Formats: sequence, structure tokens, C-alpha cells
Amino acid sequence: MTGSPDPTASGSAIRVMVPNPLVPDRFLGREITPITRRRLDNFRANRRAWWSLWIFLVLFGVSLFAEFVANDRPILIRYDGGFYVPILRNYSERTFGGFLGSEADFADPEVVRMIRAKGWIIWPLIPYHYDTITHAPGPYPAAPSAADWLGTDDQGRDVLSRLIYGFRISVLFGLSLTILSSIVGVAAGAVQGYFGGIVDLGMQRFIEVWSGLPVLYLLIILASFVQPNFWWLLGLMLLFSWTSLVDVVRAEFLRARNFDYVRAARALGVSNRVIIFRHVLPNAMVATVTFMPFILNGSITTLTSLDFLGFGLPAGSASLGELLAQGKDNLQAPWLGITTFIVLALMLSLLTFVGEGVRDAFDPRKVTR
Amino acid sequence: MSLLEVRDLSVSFAGWRGAPPVSAVSRISFSLERGETLALVGESGSGKSVTALSILQLLPYPSAAHDKDSSIKFAGEELIGAPPVRLREVRGNRIGMIFQEPMTSLNPLHTLEKQISETLFIHRHLSAAAARERTLDLLHLVGLRDAEDRLQSYPHQLSGGQRQRVMIAMSIANEPDILVADEPTTALDVTIQAQVLKLMHDLRDRLGMALLLITHDLAIVRHMADRVCVMTKGEIVESGPTAAIFARPRHPYTRHLLEAEPKGQAVPADPAALPLVEVDHLKVWFPIRRGLLRRIRGYVKAVDRVSLTVPAGSTVGVVGESGSGKTTLGLALLRLISSEGQIRFDGADIAETSQTRLRPLRRQMQIVFQDPYSSLSPRLSIAQIISEGLQVHRLAADADERRRVIEAALVEVGLDPSASQRYPHEFSGGQRQRIAIARALVLKPRFLVLDEPTSALDMSVQAQIVDLLRELQIRHGLTYLFISHDLKVVRALAHYILVMKDGEIVESGTTEAVMDAPQNPYTKALMTAAFEVVTAGQG
Repeated sequence: MTGSPDPTASGSAIRVMVPNPLVPDRFLGREITPITRRRLDNFRANRRAWWSLWIFLVLFGVSLFAEFVANDRPILIRYDGGFYVPILRNYSERTFGGFLGSEADFADPEVVRMIRAKGWIIWPLIPYHYDTITHAPGPYPAAPSAADWLGTDDQGRDVLSRLIYGFRISVLFGLSLTILSSIVGVAAGAVQGYFGGIVDLGMQRFIEVWSGLPVLYLLIILASFVQPNFWWLLGLMLLFSWTSLVDVVRAEFLRARNFDYVRAARALGVSNRVIIFRHVLPNAMVATVTFMPFILNGSITTLTSLDFLGFGLPAGSASLGELLAQGKDNLQAPWLGITTFIVLALMLSLLTFVGEGVRDAFDPRKVTR
Repeated sequence: MSLLEVRDLSVSFAGWRGAPPVSAVSRISFSLERGETLALVGESGSGKSVTALSILQLLPYPSAAHDKDSSIKFAGEELIGAPPVRLREVRGNRIGMIFQEPMTSLNPLHTLEKQISETLFIHRHLSAAAARERTLDLLHLVGLRDAEDRLQSYPHQLSGGQRQRVMIAMSIANEPDILVADEPTTALDVTIQAQVLKLMHDLRDRLGMALLLITHDLAIVRHMADRVCVMTKGEIVESGPTAAIFARPRHPYTRHLLEAEPKGQAVPADPAALPLVEVDHLKVWFPIRRGLLRRIRGYVKAVDRVSLTVPAGSTVGVVGESGSGKTTLGLALLRLISSEGQIRFDGADIAETSQTRLRPLRRQMQIVFQDPYSSLSPRLSIAQIISEGLQVHRLAADADERRRVIEAALVEVGLDPSASQRYPHEFSGGQRQRIAIARALVLKPRFLVLDEPTSALDMSVQAQIVDLLRELQIRHGLTYLFISHDLKVVRALAHYILVMKDGEIVESGTTEAVMDAPQNPYTKALMTAAFEVVTAGQG
């Protein structure tokens, strides 16, 4: 054996890191198993997914408070020794010394002048609500300017404000649809996989027929006799989107119901309901969580395309799809199409990156280094 | 110069995210000569398989790494760090390898001909006709019957033993200098195990290969190997000629391994005890459905007209090879799968009782499964696993009492009560099996079905579990149905034995009667294979 000049290079005792079993590992205050810890570390090690998640959370967080970012009402008014919060409450013009009993219009220069005389106003960063008609000099759509940073749409509404609100409604719609369809899908898959046999067979055939229904036509028909709003769309999309998770969950349940620990639970006399929730469902959650970011993306895209086609949210609501449609109709105003495209691309890419990170973090064979 | 010369081989695996590397093998050395059989013996986790994989450089590099002192010389040529092209020339050509699991080491999508001839095309550049001829020769050589008809078969159409023969045919296709066999018979039944071992022994002599045999089974080593290396915790602690090691083991670990076989026998049971479980004409038939209308065309008779009686306080051993219906019988007894026929538990017929009405009885009859890795839910702590039954049957008044009962159960099976807050993956196989036993015992059952509780465990751990089971039986007057393919374990525990074949009981009687004077030819073959490991040279 030749002596090695570097004492650490070889033959040195190799330490093995042993986690202390007596101090439970915690994440967000909850005790977690080492498997979960490994997945969290895995996800964090994927820098692209980690940063994407944070960027997305910040954007979403900001958009949740869109009323404080883009609004045609001031956040705070100091007038005549008192404080007023028009963003939360309605005040009549008389409050500020005007003549009309109607609600104060803060876009009116006269009202602003009256308040300024006896106090001050704090405006949101963007002084337009998504449906505020700006006073930009026409013709509309107006090009970007110091007042309207991204220009206005063809009805003179501020594009940036509409983007912020549109982003929020897209994500909220996507999240609601994802969560609801996951709950329904997991439940349906669980029942199919766990009980198997005729239940499984029947539900599978039903899903095949069901997913053959043309969703778009149903939406068009619906649009002809009700004014579709957020909840109508959510409900209708939910009717068809729950099927996406059923297959994976069913497969996990089919596999897990023959596991020895499920058999052992049955031998202990544990009821089916407890076995499903306690022993089998955690297995299926891996597949579910892995799929979720992609379902979220799909849901957002669905809403956007419906709005683009004009079968989506009611006219006048802030929506990315409607902005895209305007961009298509007004090719001479590229700020409409380009900004909406960038926002959509950014949002979908971030979510895809997060989804990839989640998927890899749950993959036991993948080693991130 | 030896054919294979391993010097100071170390293997370590990269730690998780900056954690220090985990050492799997540290500084082992051995050599292998032409025409010789060397056995690497050790329990699971001792680094045997990692050593075998390093020889062919098949480890997942770069997360696995060798020390710079490590050297593996094959016929004088260094294999560590050899270019991939060169390694591919050696793999499957000069050094063949047989893997443990014949079910997963053949590609299910390819025919036998395609799998075997692949290596001939790659290394020998044979024409299709020549390869076919050579493939047939090989299949004849490994003793696969009806080789011509089998060429177009897929792996799923073969039995475990036949698949392992095909694996061997693949690995010797290019007449390698060395055959590395990693637990080649562990997944096989005893009678087939003997055939495969004999085949490997014959082939070694006929082709003049060197055989590196990796196993945990000392009986195989004793009959097959010329020299032995005993491995534990990644190191070779003792090596030498087989006879010398078996006669005079020097290292304490070797002695421990040699003494580890399950010993002793059941404490005599009360012969006048009343029957606790009686089964009459039990049938578990799985229908075979064919055709467009899925009409029932026949049945797989997993358990066919089985009658048995288990007297209270005694152990009935159920013996048979895989597929004989042992496990199905155990599950049917506990009404975990549907069956026909009478099942009487403590005098009451439970064959038709609904699952809800059965629930109170579940407390009295419990089961311990074969694989302790799959029988414990990985997401529940030990306390949660054991308390599940207590909650179902409301056996503990409050959380405090439940905790006391759980801790008592852990102590009873020989575990530290502080283990209750940990998760299954933190325990070894033997400890997990103890946890599974504790889960069953905490309900204070009267009848316990033990479905191969020792076969997934290392030899020395098997002996401990057998001792534990025997002790618990005496202490609590338990009644066991002990299912196993391992006759040594059965002999150490059972009062009565049932031998099953193809779903039927072919022989039954007291342990002594069946073991010492088997009547049925199948039982005789089983006994010979189990206690005398027939191989060439000895057989």
C-alpha cells in the first residue's frame, strides 16, 4: 500500500449522517416524515422550480391585493381633520363639501381639488380600476404613455390595470377548478380502484362516454340562455375536468389495495372508509400532487381560450383572453397583444417550472445534485 | 496471475445534498482462479451485491465511487476506469452475470430467442441462422425441455426455474471466463434450487469457468464453493477454503452465522386440546373467463377441498412450494378472501358471517405477513400502526392507557418502547417483523396465521423470530397456523404438518411422522431438496 500524501483522500473513516430520531422534523409547524423532508429538499435543490414558485407567489400575492394596487379610488384621504378610506367604504360627494348626494367620483378633478384644499390624498400605484375609462387622449386603443404605462384598450381602459385583475381572476379560477376537480377526481378514482369489479367497470365506461361530450358546444348553448359568470363557468368546467385525475388515482388504489399493510388493516377489522383515507390515499397523493400544477395550467388556459372566443366571463370583466382578442382585432396596437402574451407566457412557464420541480421531487429515482 | 484480482476495493455512495458519502464496501481483496468457485457470503446489506456489480462496473456512477486504491484486474487488465467501449466488450462476453430475480431480469417484451441471441450478435457478430443454432445449443445445455418450441416463448410463459435457466443460458452464451451469480436461487423453490445449482456446477466444469457465487445461504456454500469469503458491513472478515471455514470458523461473525440456523423444536402441546379452528372442504376457485361474453371456462383451483383442524395451543405448519395455495388458504381462513366450505372458529361457523358481524372476532384471529417491508404502512409511526387495532376494538380507555399497552407490546416482542414514535423505514427487516407481530399481539388474539414470517429475513434473524414465536406461544397459549416453504423453520416450530401441492393437501400428520417417514413421493422430494441440497459431486 502506498502512503497517500493527502490524509483525507482515502481510508479515512467515513461518517454517515444519522438524523436524530428524537427531535421530530418540522415544516410549517407540522411534523413531517423523512420522506417528505427529502422531497422538500429535492424541490428546493431545483433552483429553477424554487425561484419560479417564489416569483409566482409574489405575483399572485400582489394580484390578490389588486384593489390596493390599481383602483380609481384613493387608498386614504385626509380631509378636514378626519381620515377617509374610499377603497373600503363609499362616501357621498357631500362628505367632501360637494353638492351632489351621489357617490364621490374621485376621477372628477373638481372633487380632487376640494379634498386637496383641506387635506391630502394617497392614490394607489395605478389610479385606474379595470373598468375605469381613462382620460387618455383618443383614439382608443391609445398607445402607452406616462399616465397609462401599457396604453389603453379599445374602450379606453388601462391595460396594466386590466392585466393585474385578469391575472388574479385567471389564477383564482384555475386554483378553484384544480382543487375542486382534484377532490372529485380523487374520490371517484378511489372508489373505482378500491372496490374494483363492477363498480370500476361501470364508472370507467361512464367516464369514457362522459369525456366524449363536446364541452365547447355545451358552453355555447349555455351562453345562449344564461349570462355565464365565474361560478357558472367553474361549475360547467368542473363537470368535465374531474376525469383527468381519475385514471392515476384508480391505478394507485388498484395497486395499493393488495398491499400487505392494507390486508393487515382489514385483518384488524378496520373499516373500508378508514383504510381508504389512512392507508391508501397517501399513496395516491403523490400522483395527485404531481399532476396538480399541470391541471392548474390547463384550467387557466381553458378560461383564457373561452374568453378569447367570447364564451367566457361576462363582457367588461378583466380577463386575459378578452385582452388577447382585442389584440387580435387591433393589430395596429401591438401593446395589447404583446403585453398579454408576455403575461400569459410568464404565468404558464412559471407554473410549468414549478410543476416540473414537484414532479422531480416526488420521483424517488431522480437525484438532483 | 489470477483470472480476477480484486485489491483494496472500496465503494461509497454519495450522501444526500452535502451529507458525507456512505460507505458500502471498504477495502476488500480477493482473487479468483480459473475453474474455481468462490463464494461471497453475508447477510443483507453486507455489500455482496455491490461488490459483484463493481466487477462489471455496473454501479450508478458517478453517485457511486471507488477509492483511488481500488483495483479490479481481470486477466491482468484494470477494469476500474476502463473506457466504456472496453467494458462493453468484457460484459456479457468475458464475464457473465446472473441476477437474483428471474422475474424481472428478462425483458417481458422479447422472445427467448431474441434475448439470448442479442448477446451473440453484439459480441460474436453471428448470422441469424448461426445465432439461432447456438441459442438452441445453449438451451439444450441448460436443460430446458422442448427448446425448439420454447424459442418463440415469452418470459411470462416460463416458470421461475425455467427463467433462471434462460438467464444462465444468456450469461454463458459467449463462454465467459467468469460467471458472477448474485443469489441465483434465492427466488426459487427448493426442488428447483437444487437443479439450478447442479446445472451451474456442471457448466463450470464443462466450460472451465470461474464461478463467483454470491449468497446468504450457507447450505449452498457448503456444497458448491471451493473457497469462501465472509462479508459483513462491507468488509471481508474471514476467508479460506470452505471445509476449513465450516470446521474452524475463527471470526466471531462467521461463528454467529454458522450457529444461526433455526434450531430446537416445538414444546409438546396438549394432545387432548379442543380444536380452535376447523376447516371442512374449503375451496378457493378463481374463475377463468374467456371469449367475448366472458363466460367462465374453468377455474384455477388455488385451494381445493382442504380440510384441517388446528387444536388450541398448538402449531400447524403448512408446507409447499410457491403456487401451492398456502397463502390463499391462510387468507381464506381469516375470511380475507372469499371461499366456499365450512370454517369453524371456536365452534362457530364463520364462513357465511358478514364482514361487519365478523369484526369482533377479528380481535381473536390475526395474521403476520411475509414481507415486513410491505406489511407496515410507511407513513404511519410505529405507535399509530400498533394502536390501529386497539382503536377499532376499543381496547384502551384513553390515550395514556393506549400508550402503556403499545409499549408493553413492544417490550414483549423484544423492542425498545422508545421506538414507538419512529417510522418503519428506520428499522431493519427483523425489527419490522417484530413490529408486525406486536401489531397482531396487542389485541391478545387466540389464533395467529403466520404467512412465511421468516422468509424475507436473514438467517440469524430468522432464528431469533422463531425463538420469539415459540416463547410467545408458551406464554400466551397461542394457536398458530404457520405457513412456510422452509422446512427447517417449520420443523423448529410446528406440532403438525400439512404438505400442500397444487391447492390440495397431499400429506399430513405430526411433525416427526412427516419429516422422518414421508409417505408421499412429493413430500419425499421436498425433504431431500431441503435437507440435503443435491448438487453435482455430492448427488
